[in-house]
Amino acid sequence: MTDTLKTLGYPSLDELKSTPGYPGEDIQKKGPVAIIECIEEIPCNPCETSCPAGAIKVGDPITNLPRLIANKCRGCGRCVAACPGLAIYIKDYTYSAEKALITFPYEYFPLPQKGDRVIAVNRRGKPVCEGEIMEVKLLGSYNKTPLVSMAYPREFFEEVVSIKRLEGEG
Amino acid sequence: MIKTEIAVIGGGPAGLCAAIEGTKAGAKVLVIDENSKPGGQLFKQIHKFFGSREHQAGVRGFQIGEKLLEQSRELEIEVWLNSEVCGLDSDKNLWVVRDKKESIKVIAERVIIATGAVENSIYFPGWDLPGVMGAGAAQTMININRVLPGKKVLMVGSGNVGVIVSYQLLQAGAEVVAVVDAAPKLGGYGVHTAKVCRAGVPFYTSHTILKAWGSECVEGAVIVRLDNSWNPVTGSEKFLDVDTICIATGLTPLSELAWMAGCKFEFIPELGGHVPLHDRFMETTVSGIYVAGDISGIEEASTAMDEGRIAGVNAAASLGYIDDDKRKKMTEKLWKRLNSLRCGPFGEKRKSSKDRLLTFRGEA
Ligand SMILES: Cc1cc2nc3c(=O)[nH]c(=O)nc-3n(C[C@H](O)[C@H](O)[C@H](O)COP(=O)(O)OP(=O)(O)OC[C@H]3O[C@@H](n4cnc5c(N)ncnc54)[C@H](O)[C@@H]3O)c2cc1C
Ligand code: SF4
Ligand code: SF4
Repeated sequence: MTDTLKTLGYPSLDELKSTPGYPGEDIQKKGPVAIIECIEEIPCNPCETSCPAGAIKVGDPITNLPRLIANKCRGCGRCVAACPGLAIYIKDYTYSAEKALITFPYEYFPLPQKGDRVIAVNRRGKPVCEGEIMEVKLLGSYNKTPLVSMAYPREFFEEVVSIKRLEGEG
Repeated sequence: MIKTEIAVIGGGPAGLCAAIEGTKAGAKVLVIDENSKPGGQLFKQIHKFFGSREHQAGVRGFQIGEKLLEQSRELEIEVWLNSEVCGLDSDKNLWVVRDKKESIKVIAERVIIATGAVENSIYFPGWDLPGVMGAGAAQTMININRVLPGKKVLMVGSGNVGVIVSYQLLQAGAEVVAVVDAAPKLGGYGVHTAKVCRAGVPFYTSHTILKAWGSECVEGAVIVRLDNSWNPVTGSEKFLDVDTICIATGLTPLSELAWMAGCKFEFIPELGGHVPLHDRFMETTVSGIYVAGDISGIEEASTAMDEGRIAGVNAAASLGYIDDDKRKKMTEKLWKRLNSLRCGPFGEKRKSSKDRLLTFRGEA
């Protein structure tokens, strides 16, 4: 068992898999689902209050870890934008025969554009593979946190969490 | 000379909330802040806050600040800006310097001190070079003045301030070369470190800065690993090509005015150092002088706001604007909210320190 959150800064798969917000492999591979990487008991619950489907439970006390009720999750993305920790994303293993889709929060300028080829990175920020931007969405209710959707090779399904920041002026 | 019922020193989240509650109750309140805009630290906080809905979780700090200002305007609260309180005595006489030229005496019936905190500094060869600055100062530069302090930054300290400012430096277009912490474990919330980490920033625990150098300003830094007894390990030095060094090694309550007024203090390291003793109603050992926010122990804006509300309600009540029953109910409700924030592994420590502070007044 390797714990890396408090030494290297990112949660290891072992750490994630022992928490109630990180869905099991079978669920992750079934279709679009929220994946919650929030493994410390902090006083916070916008994930719970933002979900229209009641698919995230924090409850009382507010420091409980968020629990995903996977069969209720519709993959709508509201929790992704609402989470102040930027700790939730949505992954869809079934996006196409070869590609998975990830929708993640991205608060950097410049924003990627639809069709851009970008570098997908892992939890340490290390390049993993190439990805293609499928959508960039910013609704008023997201309160200035854009959501970026990227298609990338399925073989890197679990590893990829974001993209390398783009160069240039915002 | 000017008279007021409640003088609030400091217009940050704690002071503004205190003023809002005091005014709502019917008291005449004067807020005095040294800056050109009220809001304290809030306008630097461009990130979304944690907490619950009633603590405005998911709302960005500056947006919370805007709401407080709007409320203050609606209530027509008098706010003196560019005004520094330089003296306070136990009879609640304030000496205020306005616009750096005019000296005014304010006589208040109640005083709420909500002066916040100052950043701690650490000392190493080269610490006085331009380019070495507090993380809070860097945050003011990027988020208020929109000036990048440098292109390549070393962050010293991995508490929430260190990691949040690192993230915001990245957002502002700088490169964060490393975040170091002398402790063997990172201090900030894991969700914050994780988002900085996936931007490619390396974290070094059990590491500190050995020195900085440069002729006119910072041109580089050396970090070093620490052994179990926190001594530098020879041979583990690492050179970092940086032009800016941000220090995020904690905050200390800004408590001079409380000392001056004769308030009793207790030294509680978990709360940032010397903290004025206060009771559940935020009243200090000097009758009629209250404290709220970071000055009463370093915490967060969300707790500062609730403490401010408690101080405002109770100062107004002591002037007869709120009856005792209502005062107790309002206070208890706010305490419940405070306690909900002060739980979990991060909050427990603060809660037990805060509770300890109350025991000194015989009120645990
Ligand atoms: C980088 C960073 C990130 C943070 N993130 C969060 C977060 O996500 N969530 C959260 O809840 N909190 C956060 N905080 C903490 C939060 O900002 C503080 O806890 C909060 O601002 C404290 O409020 P306050 O009113 O006590 O003090 P302040 O906001 O510091 O306000 C005090 C005011 O008093 C004025 N003042 C001081 N002395 C005098 C004097 N003698 N005369 C006149 N005026 C005076 C000061 O200029 C200032 O305007 C963060 C802090 C930092 C630095
Ligand atoms: S993606 Fe939508 S349905 Fe699923 S947990 Fe998040 S908010 Fe709820
Ligand atoms: S909103 Fe995000 S940071 Fe807050 S509890 Fe939920 S997952 Fe964790």
